[in-house]
Amino acid sequence: MHHRPMTDATTNLAFTRRLFLQRGCALASLAATVPCFIERSALGMLGDPLLASQPGVPDERILVIVQLGGGNDGLNTVVPFGSDDYYRARPQIGIRGPGAAPAQNAQPAALALDGAQGIGLHPNLAGLKALYDEGLVSVIQGVGYPNPNRSHFTSMDIWQTGRLDAKGSGWIGRYFDNTCNGTPTPEASIAIGRNAPLALEGDVQKPIAFESSSLFRWNGQDLHASLADPYERINRAGSDAVAGGSAKAGAPETQKQFLMRTALDAQVSSERIRTAVAKTPLVAYPGHGLANQLKMIGAMIRDGMPTRVYYASMGGFDTHGGQLGTHANLMRQLGESLEAFQRDLREQRNDARVTTMVFSEFGRRVKQNASGGTDHGTAAPMFLIGTNVKPGVVGRHPSLTDLDQGDLKHSIDFRSVYASVLEDWLKAPSEKVLRGRFMNAGLFKASV
Amino acid sequence: MGNPFQPLAKKDFDYGAAQHLLNRAGFGGTPAQVRALLELGLDDAVDYLVEFKGERVSNEGFEFKSDILRAQTPEERETLRRARATNDTETIARIERERQERQNADRAQIGAMKRWWLARMIETGRPLQEKLTLFWHGHFATGYRTIENSWHMLMQNGMLRSNCAGNFADLARGIISDPAMLKYLDNDENRKSSPNENLARELMELFTLGEGNGYGERDIKEGARALTGRTFRGNEYFFDRAQHDAGGKQILRRSGDFSGDDFVSIILEQPECSRFIAGKLYRFFVNDSPALTRDGVETVERLAKALRDARYELRPALRALFRSQHFHARENRQSIIKSPTQLIVQSVRSLGTPVRSVDRLVEAGDLMGQELFQPPSVKGWPGGRSWINTATMFTRQNTAVFLITGRTTRGNTAGSADPYDAMHLVEHLRDASGVLDARECVRSLAAFALGGEPDRARLDQLTEYLGSIGGTIDNDRVKALLCLISAMPEYQLC
Repeated sequence: MHHRPMTDATTNLAFTRRLFLQRGCALASLAATVPCFIERSALGMLGDPLLASQPGVPDERILVIVQLGGGNDGLNTVVPFGSDDYYRARPQIGIRGPGAAPAQNAQPAALALDGAQGIGLHPNLAGLKALYDEGLVSVIQGVGYPNPNRSHFTSMDIWQTGRLDAKGSGWIGRYFDNTCNGTPTPEASIAIGRNAPLALEGDVQKPIAFESSSLFRWNGQDLHASLADPYERINRAGSDAVAGGSAKAGAPETQKQFLMRTALDAQVSSERIRTAVAKTPLVAYPGHGLANQLKMIGAMIRDGMPTRVYYASMGGFDTHGGQLGTHANLMRQLGESLEAFQRDLREQRNDARVTTMVFSEFGRRVKQNASGGTDHGTAAPMFLIGTNVKPGVVGRHPSLTDLDQGDLKHSIDFRSVYASVLEDWLKAPSEKVLRGRFMNAGLFKASV
Repeated sequence: MGNPFQPLAKKDFDYGAAQHLLNRAGFGGTPAQVRALLELGLDDAVDYLVEFKGERVSNEGFEFKSDILRAQTPEERETLRRARATNDTETIARIERERQERQNADRAQIGAMKRWWLARMIETGRPLQEKLTLFWHGHFATGYRTIENSWHMLMQNGMLRSNCAGNFADLARGIISDPAMLKYLDNDENRKSSPNENLARELMELFTLGEGNGYGERDIKEGARALTGRTFRGNEYFFDRAQHDAGGKQILRRSGDFSGDDFVSIILEQPECSRFIAGKLYRFFVNDSPALTRDGVETVERLAKALRDARYELRPALRALFRSQHFHARENRQSIIKSPTQLIVQSVRSLGTPVRSVDRLVEAGDLMGQELFQPPSVKGWPGGRSWINTATMFTRQNTAVFLITGRTTRGNTAGSADPYDAMHLVEHLRDASGVLDARECVRSLAAFALGGEPDRARLDQLTEYLGSIGGTIDNDRVKALLCLISAMPEYQLC
């Protein structure tokens, strides 16, 4: 029994995909086999003026979403050190302002963002501060929604569906469903994690999710080396079904043809993703969880995957007790990961193609609780990172005294942030995706 | 042209037809079970499944609590009120913590319920009962995360199961008295002074008539009034007379001071209702391809008539469907994409693999897009091609590998201690001297696992593979063949 060397197999698979796409473009009437992005760029190559690039802003834009699960303490992330009310509400866990006397809790001082407003980043967000100083970060203050829900599940679903009733498909899923005329694209969105988040689930468009690229494959081949070859032949038969003409042009695809085609896509994606991720990144990443996720995402972007939305997530933010140390650790990981990722993108010269958005399902109560922690709250800051975001601090810090049941009142609706991301960055009609009109928060540079 | 709803000729009920019946009206079975069904003959085989003649499954090992999320006692409410008034943060935090703990316990319980139901589907001697319960769960879709009460989900599951092959009217009336559904579609907030239309709308659009089929916005508004006051107290349905709008209503061209039950009766008088339910049953049991054939359209129409003729009794209609020529026709074999649950349960039941870990199987179902007690929306699972994408394709293939060999995605082999004797799938092929013909074994395995004769190319691939690993038939080689067969795209068809 002979075994083809791996490189050979890779070449063959890549060729298969190329052939597949060429057929797809040539037979435009076979709508079901033409991935929408391919269709668009094919039209672009024909010189459609409406699709021509704007100078300096690449067409193939990418959104990376970073989810902070558990409810990140916004008030200790963007610290309102200029407010005495902050220290009154948080005598033990308050973070001192720059230049203030060392606090009892031995925390270093916040990193000043905007002197006039008296706000600064958590001292461990030095990485994010460096990006901010380079004009790459938008700090959006007081983001939330009306009648805030303090259940992790429900509030996360609200953010992910973009709907206050928390029902239905995800907002990114709907973006793809709307953009692609209902034609799913195999690698449109990728989440790093065991489960794909609801945000990426469309009615038609479904995300790919894997914890590590080595899990996005058939593991039967680990049982016995002899299984790899026949498995590949079986699952690549789709190329014959598509390219070899057993699908009659114009005839509806049978369930079996559909399955064969998807199996082929899966082989090609798997090979491609594992090849991409195996490469050493251009910059060093720290060793923790979020950094590893962003490292994989960076590798896939570098490899030129057609993926438009990536999703990374980090948990542990539900800091009900003794939060100082825990939260400081999380902030360090977050800051270092985001910085390494952005440096990687710059080294790749892909930084103009990517915007990163950081959010959590809610912030935390203004007053600390009896256990040195904070309970579930409401509005909190978001971050947008990239060369195309309008840098600086957006909006006013929410009042620490005009509260709703002890919680901050939001000043910016999260759907206004989504509207800006959709309209300005992804160039999609936000009203259709969000099922309602929301003010565009205007978070990107006018040239974008 | 014949009538596609006519019964299949008795002589045409062969091994393939018996297997098809067991796959569709259940979750498949071993070759021995298929042969047993075949021996009953068409009518008795259908009866056996439709009348739930098999053994009832026990609930052993599972006990659920009904009071994890009990309402606050008056004393507890008073304590909280006083703590708020005096700004006693410690007490407020303690109460909040206790509430959180109860919620965590309830989430653990819904997890156990998922395992309980999946295990039940795997073990039951009445597969159609579980399959219909799953069908109605997707039809009257209710999601745990919205209602956050596991006991209510279990109560609903019980209501669906006891009526699953009974009368559709009882299901429809049951669902508008069901605490989980009343909560899920906000009918607990549907009051005379401020009607909430959610349940009335979905009752017509998704549960009985189908979108836009012979009703209008006005019928929804009036129907919502008929449903006012239907709510629940604790774990019980409660009719809140004070919140019910007892005034006159006009629904679907009828007038009267209708109640919620009257509303259901009026809906069931519409022939559209029988067509809508027949159409959904057809897509679940016969063919889920996007477009129906002419025979398919005809069959749906006749199935709808069978429902009307039996005054919405489901058993007579199902019996006629499972006996019909159309159900058994070639175009409807291997034509449905297995749901994740079907894939898991059918793999265990037909290949006879060990269960290994119900926990892992539940997780696999979630990853493949079918989380029990958590349909994605009130529309239920869209099914068909929506189950399949590049990610779920690997999960499907890997789930089969896990069942056959115990190998998990993370490379460890937990659960592999359970031995799997796959030889039972080929034992009946031994000739008089006890010898197994390799090619015949390969053909038979593939035909059995795929539910129909495999392509020539597939057969050659498998035979060639067997040759490359020694060519003889033994347990390890049969398992290796099964790994490949279950990794074929067409294994996803049923």
